[in-house]
Amino acid sequence: MTDRTHNRAHEARDRAEKQGASEGGAAGPNGRIDWHSPQMLARLRRRHAANRRMKFIGLAAIVLAAGLLSILVGSLLKSGLPAFRQTFITLEFDLKPELVKPQNMRRGNWRKIVKEGLLRALPEDMRKNRKLRRKVLKIVSRSAPYALRDHVMENPHLVGRIIPFDVLASDPYDQFNKGLIPEYIVRGERKRPNPKLGGPEVVRAFRVLKEQKRVHLPFNWGLFFNADSRLPEAAGLAGAIVGSFLTLLVTFLISFPTGILAAIYLEEFAPKNRFTDFVEININNLAAVPSVVFGLLGLSLFIGFFGVPRSTPLVGGMVLSLMTLPTIIIATRAALKAVPPSLREAALGVGASHHQMVFHHVLPVAMPGILTGAIIGMAQALGETAPLLLVGMNAFIPDISNMGLTEPATALPTQIYSWADSPERGFVSRTAAAILVLLGFLLAMNALAIWLRQRYSTKW
Amino acid sequence: MILLATLLVLAVAAVGWWLARKRAREIELRSSGHHDRLHSRPVYHGLYVAIWTGVPALLLLLLWVAIQGPLLDALLLASLPQDVVQGLDENARAVLLNEIKTRAAGNPLPGEPAPYVAEAVRRLLRWRAIANMAALALSLAVALAGMAFAWRRLSPTFRARRAVERAFTWLMLVCASIAILTTVGIVLSLIFETMRFFTMVPLTEFVFGLRWEPQIAIRPDQVASSGAFGMIPVFAGTLLISAIALGFAVPVGLLSAIYLVEYASSRFRAFAKPLLEFLAGIPTVVYGFFAILTVAPAIKHFGDALGIPTAPNSALAAGLVMGIMLIPFISSLSDDALAAVPNALREGSIGLGATRAETIRYVLLPAALPGIMAGVLLAASRAIGETMIVVMAAGIIATLTLNPFEAVTTVTVQIVTLLIGDTEFDNPKTLAAFALGFVLFLITLALNMLSMHIVRKYREQYD
Repeated sequence: MTDRTHNRAHEARDRAEKQGASEGGAAGPNGRIDWHSPQMLARLRRRHAANRRMKFIGLAAIVLAAGLLSILVGSLLKSGLPAFRQTFITLEFDLKPELVKPQNMRRGNWRKIVKEGLLRALPEDMRKNRKLRRKVLKIVSRSAPYALRDHVMENPHLVGRIIPFDVLASDPYDQFNKGLIPEYIVRGERKRPNPKLGGPEVVRAFRVLKEQKRVHLPFNWGLFFNADSRLPEAAGLAGAIVGSFLTLLVTFLISFPTGILAAIYLEEFAPKNRFTDFVEININNLAAVPSVVFGLLGLSLFIGFFGVPRSTPLVGGMVLSLMTLPTIIIATRAALKAVPPSLREAALGVGASHHQMVFHHVLPVAMPGILTGAIIGMAQALGETAPLLLVGMNAFIPDISNMGLTEPATALPTQIYSWADSPERGFVSRTAAAILVLLGFLLAMNALAIWLRQRYSTKW
Repeated sequence: MILLATLLVLAVAAVGWWLARKRAREIELRSSGHHDRLHSRPVYHGLYVAIWTGVPALLLLLLWVAIQGPLLDALLLASLPQDVVQGLDENARAVLLNEIKTRAAGNPLPGEPAPYVAEAVRRLLRWRAIANMAALALSLAVALAGMAFAWRRLSPTFRARRAVERAFTWLMLVCASIAILTTVGIVLSLIFETMRFFTMVPLTEFVFGLRWEPQIAIRPDQVASSGAFGMIPVFAGTLLISAIALGFAVPVGLLSAIYLVEYASSRFRAFAKPLLEFLAGIPTVVYGFFAILTVAPAIKHFGDALGIPTAPNSALAAGLVMGIMLIPFISSLSDDALAAVPNALREGSIGLGATRAETIRYVLLPAALPGIMAGVLLAASRAIGETMIVVMAAGIIATLTLNPFEAVTTVTVQIVTLLIGDTEFDNPKTLAAFALGFVLFLITLALNMLSMHIVRKYREQYD
C-alpha cells in the first residue's frame, strides 16, 4: 500500500475519534477510551444509523431510476399496444358496372360503392335517415374506396357481382372500437357527443354493424407491411423498416472493415509516435461529438460538396458510419488486447510474419468480441435520429415499390419523429407502436451481441 | 456503367489472383532444391497480382466519378450559346444546368424546352455515353496493364509476401486516418460555413446579441425583415435545460452507483446493471416522445396546481427527461470510478472500525473523485449536445429566462429547425445553424478534453 492510501485510512479514523472525543466523557481517567460508556454507545448507534441512511438513499435512487423506467415502458405499452390490432369492417359491395366503369376503373365512383355497401348493411329506418346518409362514410377509412378499387382492378371478373370485402375503419371509429375515445365528452355539467365520431346517428349505425358481427379487431399486419400514409389507420412502417435496413447496410459495409483495419493498425502495427497519439485522441473525441454535428458534416460535405443525393440511405449510411467508427475501433482494440501474448509468441515462434500472426491467429480469436462491438455500434446507429433529420431522411414515402440506396427514404427513428409530430390522435398510438417495434429490434440486436459474447468468449 | 466497370475490374482482379496463384504453385512443384524454392506462399503471389490489377483501376474509377460531373458541367456551359450564358449569375447558371440534367434524366418538367436546352440535353446524353464507355475501356486497360506488370515479376525469389503486407499496412494506415479526416472534415465544413455566416452577420452581434429571431424576409418590404442572430438566449436555454438535467441525474446516478458497488448483493447487481444498460440503450427519440406523451402534461398539471403559469413544453419537462436519459450514463461511469478504487483502501478503512458509510464518504469518494468528475463533464457535454429530446419537448422561440416553467429553446433545436427541409446555403438563416454547430462543437470538445485531462492528471496510480 502506498503512503497515500495509508493516510486516507488514518484520516478517517482520526476524524471519527475527534468526533467522539469532542462529546466528552468517553475518555477514561488514564486517557483510554471507554468503548462501553453510554456516550460511546450512543455515538455508535448514530454512526450505524448514518450508515443505514446512506444505504437507504442509495436504494431509493435505484428504485427511482427503476420506477422512471417502468413509467416510460408502461406509458409506451399503454398507448402503443392497442395499435397492434386494427378495426376492420366486413361489408358486401355491389360492383354495379355503371359505378365501376370497367373500361377505366380509376374513374369509377368507388366512394359511392363503399357508401352503398355501408347502407346495405343497415336496417331500413337508418337507410332512410338523410342525416346518416350524409355522414355514414365517417365510419370507414378514407382509404377504403382505393383499397376496394385496387382489389377489383386485380380481379376484374368481380365486376357486376356483390362481393364481401374487409375495409379499414376510420381512425376515430378504430379508437372508439378499442374503447380509447368516449362516445360523449363530459365537461362539468355539459355532456355532448364526441365530434370526432360524426354524431349520435353514426355511432348508432356503427353499433348495428357491430351487433351484426361485421366489426373485427385482428392483429395489425398493416403496421409492418403498409407504407406511410397521412391516414393513421392506413399508415405502416414498411418504408421505415426498409429504409433503416438499407441505411444500416451502408453503415455496416463502410464502418465494419474500416473500423477493424484501423483498430488493427493502431493496436498491432502503429509505432508509438505523435501521429498515432493524435489519431487516438481524435477517435476518443469523435466518440463524444454530438450527433447533430455529424449531421451538419453530412449536409455540407457529403451533400453540398460531394453531391451525394439528399434524403437517401446512401448519405444517411455514410454519416452514421462515421459515427459508428469510433465504437467499432474501440471495441476491436479491446478484443485484440484480450488475446494473450502466448498466442502471438507461439505464432511468431513457428515462423509466422507479423502480418500472418495478426491476421491468421489473433484476429480469428478476437472476432467474437469484434462482432459484439459491431452489433452494439449498429444498434446505436439504428436509434440515431438527429443526423438523419439533417440529411433529409424524413421523406414521406407512401409507396415502397421504388426504394433503393439512391432514392429518398425514411428510417425507423425519423418515422417516429414524423408521426410524433402529426396532430391526428391515431398517430399517438402508432408512434408508440413504432417505438415498441424499434425497441424490439434493439433488444434483439443486443441479445444477439450478449449471446455471441457468451457463446464464443474464451477464458485464457 | 461505372458500377459495371467496377464489377469488371473486380472480376479481372479475381482472375489475376487465380492465375498467379496457379502459376506460383507450378513453380513450387517444379522446384528441385533450395536455390529455386518459392520465397512466398502461392496465395501471396495471387494477392500481389490482384492488388496490382484492382487497386490502380479502382482508384482511376473513383477519380473519374469525382471529376466527371463538374467536368461535364463546365463543358456544357461552354457549349451553350454565348448570348444565353452571358447575362447569368452563378445561381441562374446552376438552375439552367439543373433543368438540362432533369430533362436528360427523362423527368417531366412543365413547358417546352427552349431549343438550346433541347440541344444541350442531346449533347449531355451523348457526352455521358462517351464518358461512360471511356471509363469502362480505360479502367479495363489499366487493370490489364497492372496485371501484366505484376505478372512479369513473379518468380521463385520474388518476395510477394513482403509486397502484399506493405500494401496491407498502407490500407490500414488509410483506414486509421479516416478518424482524422472526419475531424478535419467537421472542422473545415463548420469553419467554412461559419465564415460565410459572419460575412452576413457581424461577429459581435452573434456573440453578444440578446435577441434570436432567425427569420429571413420573403419580400424585402416585410415587417421585421432583418432577423436577429444573438446567440445568448439560445445558449441560456441550453444551459438551463442541461442544468436541470444534471441537477437531477448526477445525485440519482451517483447514489445508485454507490449502492450498486458498495451495498448491493451480487444478485441484486446482476439484476440492476442490465436494467441501467437497457435505459442507456434507448434511443433519444423515444425519450422525446415520452416527454411529450407523459412528462410534459404531468409537469403542466403540477405547475397549474401550484398556480404557476406553465408552458406545455416547459424547460422543466425537457430537462427532467434528459436527466432520466443521463442517469445510466452517470451511474455507469461512477460505477467504473468506484470499482477502480483498490480493495485495500476499503478493507483498511473498515478494518479500522469505520462504517460502510464513513468509508464511502472519507475514503472511496475522495479516491474516485477524478473519475466521477470526468463522468459528470462527459454527461454535461452530452446534455448540451443532446438533440431529439429537446427538439420534441422544448420550445422553438428563444426566451431569455431562468424560469423552468417557461419554454426555452436550445442550440440543437435551432440547428434542426433551421435546417429541416432547407438546403440553400446562401442565406444567414441556414448558415446560422452552422455557426451554432461550430460553437456547440467547440464547447463539447473543450468539455471532453477537460474530462480526459482530469482523468489523466488526477488518476491515482495504485500498486
